[in-house]
Amino acid sequence: MSVLRPAVSIFGTGRSDAEMPHRLGTWVTCCLAITLLLTCGSLIIGTSSVETSLGWLLSPDAQSSVVLWQIRLPRTVGAWFAGALLGLSGAIAQGVFRNPLAEPYLLGTASGAALGVTLSLIAADASIGALAWTGKLGITGAACVGACAAIALTIGLSRGVLQTASLLLSGIVVAFLLGAVTSLLLLTKPDLWREMQVFLLGSTGFVSWSSATLLAAAFFVCAVPAVLLARGLDALTLGEETAQSLGLSLPMLRLTLLGVVSLGTATAVGQVGIVGFVGLVAPHLVRETLSVNHRQLLIGAALCGGALLQAADLLCRWIVRPAELPVGAVTAFVGGSYLTYLLWRRSRDG
Amino acid sequence: MGEAEEISQPPALSCRDLSVGYGSRIVLEGISLDIRAGFWTAVVGPNGSGKSTLLRTIAGLREPHSGSISLQGRYLSAWPRRERARRLAWLAQTPGATDLTASEVVALGRFAHGGWLAHRQAVDDAAMYRAMVATGSLSWARRRLSTLSGGERQRVHLARVLAVEAPVLLLDEPTTHLDPPHQEDIARLLREQAYGGGVCVVSAIHDLSLALTADRVIVLGQQGLIGHGTVREALDGDWLSAAFQTRVDIVDHDGVHLWRPAVPPARRSEGDQRV
Repeated sequence: MSVLRPAVSIFGTGRSDAEMPHRLGTWVTCCLAITLLLTCGSLIIGTSSVETSLGWLLSPDAQSSVVLWQIRLPRTVGAWFAGALLGLSGAIAQGVFRNPLAEPYLLGTASGAALGVTLSLIAADASIGALAWTGKLGITGAACVGACAAIALTIGLSRGVLQTASLLLSGIVVAFLLGAVTSLLLLTKPDLWREMQVFLLGSTGFVSWSSATLLAAAFFVCAVPAVLLARGLDALTLGEETAQSLGLSLPMLRLTLLGVVSLGTATAVGQVGIVGFVGLVAPHLVRETLSVNHRQLLIGAALCGGALLQAADLLCRWIVRPAELPVGAVTAFVGGSYLTYLLWRRSRDG
Repeated sequence: MGEAEEISQPPALSCRDLSVGYGSRIVLEGISLDIRAGFWTAVVGPNGSGKSTLLRTIAGLREPHSGSISLQGRYLSAWPRRERARRLAWLAQTPGATDLTASEVVALGRFAHGGWLAHRQAVDDAAMYRAMVATGSLSWARRRLSTLSGGERQRVHLARVLAVEAPVLLLDEPTTHLDPPHQEDIARLLREQAYGGGVCVVSAIHDLSLALTADRVIVLGQQGLIGHGTVREALDGDWLSAAFQTRVDIVDHDGVHLWRPAVPPARRSEGDQRV
């Protein structure tokens, strides 16, 4: 089976499908249950011991309630929404590009965001005026602006959204170009390297209630049009010309959905940095267990991505406690191992 | 149907001086055709003669280099997108393999009737049901397309096209992947659509014997349009011979036209014992 074969899971095997509707319900329930468990887990796991956290939960005082409700809860809620945004964006990107290897950073968002953050840090370093300005915009704002600029550059470079191949190629070119600029800038300012590293490796450590709210808002703004347009992605699996002959406007569909992908990834990257693999793995996890249409896939990938990033967030706090691992490293490790497992199973099954 | 009555209506499809190509390579040049409703028209011609290109262009999926196309008397480009999709349904030569179920695929055929926000109505269900019964694909309604055989898939896609209930059907090789009895079923279905439903059915058909059971033929050769007319006219004018460089011979077998190679295939001689 070719990697470029559209729509069908690259690792997929034939499944019977009569029982699918029931399985979808079970699956969604499982995802929500896992999310609930992880949320509870993240309340009691942190720099303090589990016993202490349990004690805090049972007999709260002023200090502990700040830790529980102002640090740990927003962090895990924010991680869920960021993961859900990445999972949703990944599923949309795979549908729009009709390629199961597509991922949300495909349009150059990640490198654009990195460059935005670098520039804002350098500017803040250089002048007081710029410091005030970047203070208003914030690291997350700079990341968002950078990501959007990168997408605009990608779409401009491929002159529109109609040519899939040239869009993908432009995305790669933009990612490399902006990455090179970022590296050059960081070479001239080695003291910024540490600050940048947190961002480049991804971190859920700085998610406050305000950024969790922002992520949640972006999630709903993205999810509503995506679910409404899911039928268009279904039609695209039959081929672009067939989709057009059904009365769909391909440019409208692509622009809207790529807009959703851009908004989703830009927001997620702005809040938690460059967290890799969630957007690629979440839709595959859904397709591995369910044969679904795009509406179900999008919802499933969002739920799955949310739970994944929440789990990764918990892991990165737990493995080396009281220290922390960058969450992006954990997702890359777990996601990479999972994809390797799928590839291994695929080659074993022939 | 009276001749005068037939002519008073605009043709279902017509094109004038159509030129189509890919980049600088011109595939078809100066094609003018009037295709009427109520007939099944087969497009025949050798590989690379532009059958698919012609259908794609008429379906509005390719911009012609020059010339005009009109659907029911109105320029193709003047139709709003969804209204056009309700009147003109197109079947690709190789529709994609998909993880959707057969009924989900057929439901996509109703997209032009509802749009993004509409829920499926009773009329949509009725159209889907009729289309799936007609193509014999109802029993796979809940199967994934990726688990069906090539022929079964083809019938599901045909059901999707019929579910549009469009007055014009453009079908690119609707009988590929089908065994002869099923090919005949599809041919009967297309005739029913044309005669019973007054639909304008245009289909590219590879199998010449099957194509000659249509009402009319459009014959394309390497050098462009050879002719458009009834099967009788095509046979009398030797259009097929011209299109296939005299390599085919049409024989009349009790009123059924069959094709055979003009040069009979070499046979092993009696005394030849080589294995």
